[in-house]
Amino acid sequence: MRSFSEIDTVVKRATKGVGFNWGVAEEVGKNIKLLEMFGLPGLKNLNDYFNSLKSKKFQNLTFISNHNQSKIPYCPIISGISFLDQVNELKELINIKIENMSYPILFLPFLSRASEVIGKKISFKFDENIFLFNFNQNIYSNYFSNKILENAKLTEINFIENNNTFSQEEWDNLYKLSTNTFVEESDELKKSAAGAGLTDND
Amino acid sequence: MQVSLREPKKIMKLAKLGCFHQSKLSFLRSFLKEFKNWKYNRDLFDLDENGYGRAVYSFSKNKRIYSLICFANKIDDTERSDRVIATKWDAAFTLHDGIPAKKDLDRLSNNVPKQEVGRMSYKELTLSRANKSVRIFNHVVECLSNGKQPDKDKISEVGYLYRTTAVYGSGKFGLADRFRIKNRNEIFGPFRLEMMLVYLVRQFTFDQVNHIAKNKNPKKAITLDENICRNLGIGNSTGLGMAPFIVNHPTLLNNWILARETVLKKIREIKNVNLKNQNIFKTCLKKSLGNISSWSTESDFQKKKILNLNEDLNKFLKFLDESNIFDKNYAFNEIYLWCEKNLKDECIEYIVSMMMEPFDDIVEPHIYKMSSDEDKYFTIPTDRTVEDLRSILEQKYSDILKIDFSKTNSNKNFWFISKNKEEPRLADRFIDEGSDLEQPLAIARDICLLYSRISNKKNSLNIGRFLLENNDLRHVIRRAFITEKFPYAEIQDNTIGSELMAIDMLRLKLSFFGAVKFDPRSDKWLRISMFQGAPLPQDLKSFDDHWIYNSLN
Repeated sequence: MRSFSEIDTVVKRATKGVGFNWGVAEEVGKNIKLLEMFGLPGLKNLNDYFNSLKSKKFQNLTFISNHNQSKIPYCPIISGISFLDQVNELKELINIKIENMSYPILFLPFLSRASEVIGKKISFKFDENIFLFNFNQNIYSNYFSNKILENAKLTEINFIENNNTFSQEEWDNLYKLSTNTFVEESDELKKSAAGAGLTDND
Repeated sequence: MQVSLREPKKIMKLAKLGCFHQSKLSFLRSFLKEFKNWKYNRDLFDLDENGYGRAVYSFSKNKRIYSLICFANKIDDTERSDRVIATKWDAAFTLHDGIPAKKDLDRLSNNVPKQEVGRMSYKELTLSRANKSVRIFNHVVECLSNGKQPDKDKISEVGYLYRTTAVYGSGKFGLADRFRIKNRNEIFGPFRLEMMLVYLVRQFTFDQVNHIAKNKNPKKAITLDENICRNLGIGNSTGLGMAPFIVNHPTLLNNWILARETVLKKIREIKNVNLKNQNIFKTCLKKSLGNISSWSTESDFQKKKILNLNEDLNKFLKFLDESNIFDKNYAFNEIYLWCEKNLKDECIEYIVSMMMEPFDDIVEPHIYKMSSDEDKYFTIPTDRTVEDLRSILEQKYSDILKIDFSKTNSNKNFWFISKNKEEPRLADRFIDEGSDLEQPLAIARDICLLYSRISNKKNSLNIGRFLLENNDLRHVIRRAFITEKFPYAEIQDNTIGSELMAIDMLRLKLSFFGAVKFDPRSDKWLRISMFQGAPLPQDLKSFDDHWIYNSLN
């Protein structure tokens, strides 16, 4: 088994080796390590993408808007870098569509890291695949394949507001149960148990 | 009294970093201190009469066990090379997590001796190999087999029976990734398991030499005197492979230097130094002189440094005797200021290390702050502005911004990865091929380029936007924002200039390892000694924290 450290190093060098600059290569090394740690086929997709660079052209998506279209497939690395770099502005858009994204799996770690940067969950959909990025702590998905995904016709990114997943009623019920651990104070304890004085007018 | 931390611009110069010495913060010393109460055992010793075969040594405590697995092999003298391009060694080692099963030993016997071309698993933590110092090893075997102890002077010239040529960890060649073990308290300090490997290898060298002598002459042979063993360490040959590490791990470098600087600051702030601590300082200093007088090297560069160190130490000892400095308040601050005024860097840094000796209570907490969660600081804060970046560059890189990179001499070297060994190397940009494949280690040059690129940009422009057209400088933009938070993260020098002494970079790292007797063999590689004077495993329970000054060599 290859260690994650080896994956990071070899991917970084390979990314520079196909022509990206060192700073981008560092990002891709960390990203593929992250995908592999989360059990997603990062290295496999990257290898196929780098092989395809010999025969295919890809479009760099630099300025990201709410709807991005191109006849030439977008490079997932430059698109990802742009997304990560601009995410503080992009989060205001709420919903972003990118059409014709090549190797969308390679775009995932940028979204995961962006989720951590802005402190919001991000969802990403293409075809039947749904990914939820939770502050770069984990990636929740219905995608369990170990396959190469060459292209996604339409991808959709949503910034999810920091809302609870539960109702007020559910919270109230649990809170009530938690109070079972509390101790009813006597009048004397109410005065002395906190350790502080009763007035703070000194 | 508040003393300021020493300025990064002053400390992070290569010539200064190349004067650092081992100290109580050094990893081999903190390793021994941590493991002194662990149970040591020789679990397997299956060598033939010539000393070839397998051995296993372990440290254990509660349910945790670390096992060193040794494979000693026959090699021809012509095959023995300390260079990293070698493919055979006298012995190869791995530190295994737990007790190795027979199938582990068999798997490892096919891989460990192959080193870089073998494959380890997540159950192995570190990997190394070593060659005999043939002259000394054979001399010791000869003497012991004839019932005599070896010649101490001859042994002191070298100081070890074996020297390692590389010690690998952190995921290399399939070894366990750091994250798998980072939460173990006993290894909460950098390079602890690398240090454990070297320490146990040292014991293997003694056992092997005794075993061979015994087999050579069973009736007459004696074992190597334990005092001689204590004065033998493990040698190490280190080349450029180690140098880029300190550039590639800025937050880790910061944490090492910051620990040293913070400890120094706190010691200088002690108002009254009690008699016991005065005596520890003086005793260690005097005992350490033995390490310097036995520090031999062929290198003119190092000879000059040792000469200066000796002269300055004599000057300092005279000052210490005549000044009654400890009668004053803040004596160590007074001492430090006197050193700054009167001594050269080699001796100043030597005395800084010595000052730490009495102060366990100050040093100890900092040992646990010397690791780093590097990924935490990796993402560039692209919402920051060009104004922020300019301010960081002007404040944190002011000396670097003065370097004129239009001059040939400032661009003389380039760092690359060799194709045949996948190791970092240095070459002349104007003579050698390959500068188009340069590694991103010319930080000073790229910082200067970044500064010139932002010169005509609006202050309010955010970094995300700036990167759209300047992604080629992404690696140094990341570094600048790291350096903003970590003052000692960056070497404040040109790592590609004609004046570069790459061994300064090696010396810095090795001093934190705890190496002594730096012996440069060129400006690009050196030999050192580790664990010379260290207690033997059976002595660990009655551990003397100042063991490094006990060496008789």
